[in-house]
Amino acid sequence: MLSANEIQTRLERVLLKVQKPGRYVGGEYNQIIKTWESVKTRVALVFPDIYDLGLPNLGLAILYDELNRRPDVLAERAYAPWLDMETMMRQHGIPLYSLESKHALADFDIVGFSLPYENLYTNTLNLLDLAQIPLFSSERDEAHPLIIAGGHATYNPEPMAVFIDAFVIGEGEEVIHEVVNAYQSWKSNGGARIDLLIALSHVSGVYVPSLYEPDYHENGTIAHIRKLNDTAPLPVRKRIMGKLPEPTWRFLVPNIDVVHDRVAIEIMRGCTRGCRFCHAGIVTRPVRERPPEQIIAAIRNALEYTGYEEVALLSLSSSDYSHILELVNRISNELADYPNLSISLPSLRIETVSLDILEKLRDSKSGGFTLAPEAATDRMRNIINKPISTEQLLETTNAIYRRGWTTIKLYFMIGHPSETLEDVRAIADVCKTVLAQGRKSIGRRATLHVGISTFVPKAHTPFQWAACDTPEIIESKQRLLKRELSGPNLKLNWTDPQETLMEAWLSRGDRRMGKVIFEAWKRGAKFDAWHDQFNFAAWQEAFQFCNLNPDFYTHRPRALNEVFPWDHISTGVRKSYLLQEYQNSQQGLLREDCRSQCYACGILPEFNQLRRQNPGNYWKCPEVASLTVE
Amino acid sequence: MKRIRIQYAKLDPLRYTSHLDMQKIWERALRRARLPLTYSQGFHPQPRLNQACPLPLGVTSRDEIIDIWLNCDSLSAIEILNTLQKTLPDGIRIHQINEIPLNEPPPDRLVIAAEYEITLFEALPPHELERRVAELVSVESIIRIRREKQYDLRPLILNISIIEEANQPIHRLRLRLSARPGATGRADEVLSALGLDATSARIERTRLILEKDASVC
Ligand code: SF4
Repeated sequence: MLSANEIQTRLERVLLKVQKPGRYVGGEYNQIIKTWESVKTRVALVFPDIYDLGLPNLGLAILYDELNRRPDVLAERAYAPWLDMETMMRQHGIPLYSLESKHALADFDIVGFSLPYENLYTNTLNLLDLAQIPLFSSERDEAHPLIIAGGHATYNPEPMAVFIDAFVIGEGEEVIHEVVNAYQSWKSNGGARIDLLIALSHVSGVYVPSLYEPDYHENGTIAHIRKLNDTAPLPVRKRIMGKLPEPTWRFLVPNIDVVHDRVAIEIMRGCTRGCRFCHAGIVTRPVRERPPEQIIAAIRNALEYTGYEEVALLSLSSSDYSHILELVNRISNELADYPNLSISLPSLRIETVSLDILEKLRDSKSGGFTLAPEAATDRMRNIINKPISTEQLLETTNAIYRRGWTTIKLYFMIGHPSETLEDVRAIADVCKTVLAQGRKSIGRRATLHVGISTFVPKAHTPFQWAACDTPEIIESKQRLLKRELSGPNLKLNWTDPQETLMEAWLSRGDRRMGKVIFEAWKRGAKFDAWHDQFNFAAWQEAFQFCNLNPDFYTHRPRALNEVFPWDHISTGVRKSYLLQEYQNSQQGLLREDCRSQCYACGILPEFNQLRRQNPGNYWKCPEVASLTVE
Repeated sequence: MKRIRIQYAKLDPLRYTSHLDMQKIWERALRRARLPLTYSQGFHPQPRLNQACPLPLGVTSRDEIIDIWLNCDSLSAIEILNTLQKTLPDGIRIHQINEIPLNEPPPDRLVIAAEYEITLFEALPPHELERRVAELVSVESIIRIRREKQYDLRPLILNISIIEEANQPIHRLRLRLSARPGATGRADEVLSALGLDATSARIERTRLILEKDASVC
């Protein structure tokens, strides 16, 4: 492998030939460089998309901070080079390297990929290839780095199982240290690679796919998942933090423009709303909140540490944060010494209180107000369990225009189970009413942006049994919306149906999908998340080559007793609970926010010890009776 | 209000940071130092900073100038320097800081020329570079097209010379180019006029020449 110096020399000769060379040099304010030889273990953290998207990623920022605070470890970063740079790197024999010290990734001990979405899978293969590391786990030996992955997509790890040595399921703050520790003791004992894998499988929250094997029925569904090693756990339960640690505020400040150039502070994890299509809402349970003083202290530290003036407060549902009013009041009072501070608070509920909240935050009103009603008829709202009446939506949107915002962004989702064209037409109708009312209030300045995504059934959700709409149906629904929703001050966005298909087959894919991903990559698929790069033909050919039918994964309604490829991964929410919710949805039965009443989804029995260790209101699940000490 | 003029070097890793992004780099460094920036009026208030002579992407510089306006009367230039030193990113090295009158013209208007040093990654065959330089200076005009506009590069080249180093093949040049508004020479344009690929060399701006220094040079 080339040395860091050789890589540096070759880089200088190519960087002026590519767009935005600042992506490839590192050197950001707050980046951490340790002496290579001074540490025991070297970890490369990789976001498999371009720098502009990867640098602001909060998950990797947290791990970077966690690892670099250890004196015995260094963590450095790598991102996917854009096409022009990749060509240059391949031409000049430059392997994928870390931005900090310019070491080849193959020289690290551990390489960790962040996989928040499925459309980063081919990029992951491409990066391994560019790093000159064998793609398949089975082809790697003691001389290669350990390849791990985590992130929301890995709650169904099976499609990537043949490429990744170990998946970290769930929240990474603690478990990443245990992975490093296991690696260190393996290294000092000088064992074989399999010894490392077995040791890792004993770390709670770590899934080592090579220690398991699925057996299939003749019809292609799974018969069962077999352990190949007696000591490996089954199921593998996700890892969560009993108490959320202090939020990271040691952010890197990039030297070039990136997508979210700001401080990001997570105010809570989890969501109690129970929207049935929502993957994040299930896999991040239980709800745990951070105290307002901790959030404010983190904002202050981050502002001082970075020089940013923009802060995003992140959560799945900001309005549900118990102390939201206290928090916004305190931000405007206690951070008054930052007069140009701008705070964004996404995911607000559809109610007029949300306007008060943003006004308190001195929202400039120029960015527009975003709401996500998701569906427009009561029937659909009951099916997806997001009850919000049209009256309430209109009352809110009307107030938004009247109180000074000129742009509203509404997000809907089409393709929910049993959705008809009438339900879709209702989306168009309500959008037209919103805009018409806006015109009445503020005249022609009123603008409406409508974002229409397409539903993809996700593993571990109540809709995991549901079939995905065919592209023809999706197109007919989109056609209707395009026809109805055009005109001045009305902007419509939608998702390409073919990209939706890819997301659908990858989300609920089994282990055989690994070969399809490999073949698609070999045929040129990469940057699947980029509309202009997405290569549908490569995927179709790959399916054909592997003798698999994509419809099996996308359009097939599952039998209620089917064993799913991800059933051996536990989010803590029981499958029987998800099934109940699926059946409730078919009957149009709503289930309320579980803050008001616990529905026993399974989280509490799975994590009762953690709950007991963290009593009080800090978790939003009820308290567990404490053990009587004799 | 105070106006401070900073002279500094812009080096790796900021070499690939554009003029526009440098504005943000300075803003953030000043905010980290909690120095009281002044802002423009209007809907999107912008901090008042003024950088001289944009540096092309990939070019380092040992001599940059930025003016900043601060909302304070008490801090001395030295105190400002001491605070700022702690919050500068890698790649900015301040070598001079002065308080200047508020009504001083913008730094762009003071600069008349800039000097560059060019280091070729690969030396040309012996005497080849010397020959090309001699040929370049012998002509009266060098008509080039940049951004679809035709212009004459020759009068913008005030000086060009070879740097000779003991025991090394010739591979370095020194350039002085005009840097007046509307008459600014680019080092990469000179390279390509010499038949060299602009990406085959390291370019560094070594000095900005101000009008008041003109008599000295
Ligand atoms: S255990 Fe009860 S309160 Fe907690 S997430 Fe599940 S349903 Fe909601």
